Amino acid sequence: MGCFAEESQLMEHFLHPRNVGKIENPDAIGHVGNVVCGDIMDLYLKIKDNKIIDAKFQTYGCAAAIASTSILTELVINMDLDKALELSNKKIVEVLGDVPKHKYHCTILAEQALKSAIENYKNKKNK
Amino acid sequence: MKRIYLDYAATTPVDPQVFKAMEPYLKNIFGNPSSLHEFGQEARRAVQVARQQVANLINADQEEIIFTSGGTEANNTALKGIFFAKEKLDGHLIVSCIEHHAVLEPAKFLKNRNIQVDYLPVDSNGIVNLNKLKDLLRPETVLVSVMHANNEMGAIQPIEEIVEIIKEYRKKNNSLYPYFHTDAVQTASHLPIDVKKIDIDLLSMSAHKLYGPKGIGALYIKQGIKIAPFIEGGEQEDKRRASTENTPGIIGFGKAAEMAREEMVQENKRLIELRDWLIQSILNKIPKTKLNGHPAQRLSNNVNVSIAGVEGEALLIALDHEGIACSTGSACSSESLVPSHVLLKMGLPVEIAHSSLRFTLGRWTKKKDLEYLVKKLELIVKRLRNVSALKAEEIEI
Repeated sequence: MGCFAEESQLMEHFLHPRNVGKIENPDAIGHVGNVVCGDIMDLYLKIKDNKIIDAKFQTYGCAAAIASTSILTELVINMDLDKALELSNKKIVEVLGDVPKHKYHCTILAEQALKSAIENYKNKKNK
Repeated sequence: MKRIYLDYAATTPVDPQVFKAMEPYLKNIFGNPSSLHEFGQEARRAVQVARQQVANLINADQEEIIFTSGGTEANNTALKGIFFAKEKLDGHLIVSCIEHHAVLEPAKFLKNRNIQVDYLPVDSNGIVNLNKLKDLLRPETVLVSVMHANNEMGAIQPIEEIVEIIKEYRKKNNSLYPYFHTDAVQTASHLPIDVKKIDIDLLSMSAHKLYGPKGIGALYIKQGIKIAPFIEGGEQEDKRRASTENTPGIIGFGKAAEMAREEMVQENKRLIELRDWLIQSILNKIPKTKLNGHPAQRLSNNVNVSIAGVEGEALLIALDHEGIACSTGSACSSESLVPSHVLLKMGLPVEIAHSSLRFTLGRWTKKKDLEYLVKKLELIVKRLRNVSALKAEEIEI
C-alpha cells in the first residue's frame, strides 16, 4: 500500500494520468517549478471564445505532482477562463483525497501553472 | 502480489536463527544482568558471550565494546563523548561531508559549542580527498570521523590510508590526538574490519543492518581512550553507558554478528555478482542512466542509479505499487525539498540527484527478484518519461 492509499484519486491519477502531452499551436502555456525543488510542470491550453476547450500537461516530479496536474486538466476542460482563474489548489487537494501536508506544495504549483498559462494568454491577446 | 525487498541498507529482517537465540531472553531468562542472584547472573553471562561475538566481528577485545541503542547513539557518543571528556570543551573536528546525519548533527551540536568543524570534500566518485585531510589537520584537531562506506551510494572510503595520515601527524606533533572514528554501520557485515590491524580508535555498529533486532548497536572504543558518558545513571558498560542492558537485543546482536562473520566471504561474492548484474542490466536496458558512486570501490550490495528525466520518488511509488521496495535520494520523500546532500557533494547536477534510486541487496535476494525488478523498471521508466516535462534525450548524464 505505501504512503498513498491505493484507492485514492492520487494513485489513480499517478498510475493513469489523463491528458498527457503537448498541444500543437497552444493558445497558452504555463511553465512552473524548477529542478532544485524537483517539480516542473508544463501546462498547454487551447482556448476558444474565452473557454478552455482542451488542456494537456507534462510533469517532472513526484506522484503527487503528476496526479495534481492530471486532475487540474480534467477540472479546467470546458471551463470559462474567468472561472478557471478562481480555481484554487484547495480544489485539487479535495479531489486528490489523502494528501500529506508536505505534498500540498504540489497542488499549489499546479494552481500556479494554470494562472501562469492564463496570464500568458491574456498578455498575448493584449499585444 | 509478489513482494520484493531491496532496501537492506535501510533495515534488514531479523534472521530466524537470531530470533531463536533471542527468544529465551524474552521469556524465562529475564533477570537484570546487574543483579547478584542467579536470575541476573545467567543473563549477565549471556551478555558477555554476545559481547565477545560482536568484538570478534571487528577483532576487538570484548572490554572495548559498549552496547548502545543503535548506530545513531554510538555516533553521538563517539563525537560528543570524546570532546566532553576533555578538560576544556574546545578543539577541532574533521568529518567528511558525506557522513550520515547521525554524525553530521552531533558535529553541528559541537560547532554550536565553539568547536571548530571542517568538512572533508569528496570527488565525483564519492571518495574523500586525502590531500585535503592533510591540509586540515592542526595541533587542535581532536577527532577525525569518516564513515567506512557511504550508505547512499556505497563508496568505500580509504580508512587505512586515513589512519596512516593521522598516525604520521601524531608522531610529528608528539601528540595522542587526533583520534579516528569510523561509522561502520553499513560495513560491519560487508567488509572484514580488523581494528587492531588498521588501528582504529572508535567505531560504530548497528544490529538491525545485519539481520539483528532494531534498538541495539555498539561503540568500539580502543583500550585507553576516555569518553564522557552520554547516558548517565547506573554503572553498566563499565560506567560508560548507563541503563539496564537490553539483554534480548544484545543476544540477538551477538548471534547476528557471529553469523555475519561466518558468511561474509561467500555472501559478499554472491552479492557482488548480483549487484554487478543489476547495474549492467539497468545501464544497458534503460537509456540515459548512470551509476552513482565508485564502480569498484563499492559496497557489495549497493546499486545507486540516476534515471534521466524521471523523479526518484515517482519511481519509488510506482515500484512500490508493483511490490518492489527501494529508496531514493530525491527530496520529495522527506520534509525538505533539497535532494540528498551526499549526491550533491559528489557534484551531481540537482536534476540527476532528484532522479536517483537506491537498491540494496541482502541475504534473501535472488537473481529472479532482480530480473523482475528490471522488467518492471523498464516499463515504469517508459511511462514516466512520456509524462515528464524534462526530456531524457536532452539531458546530459
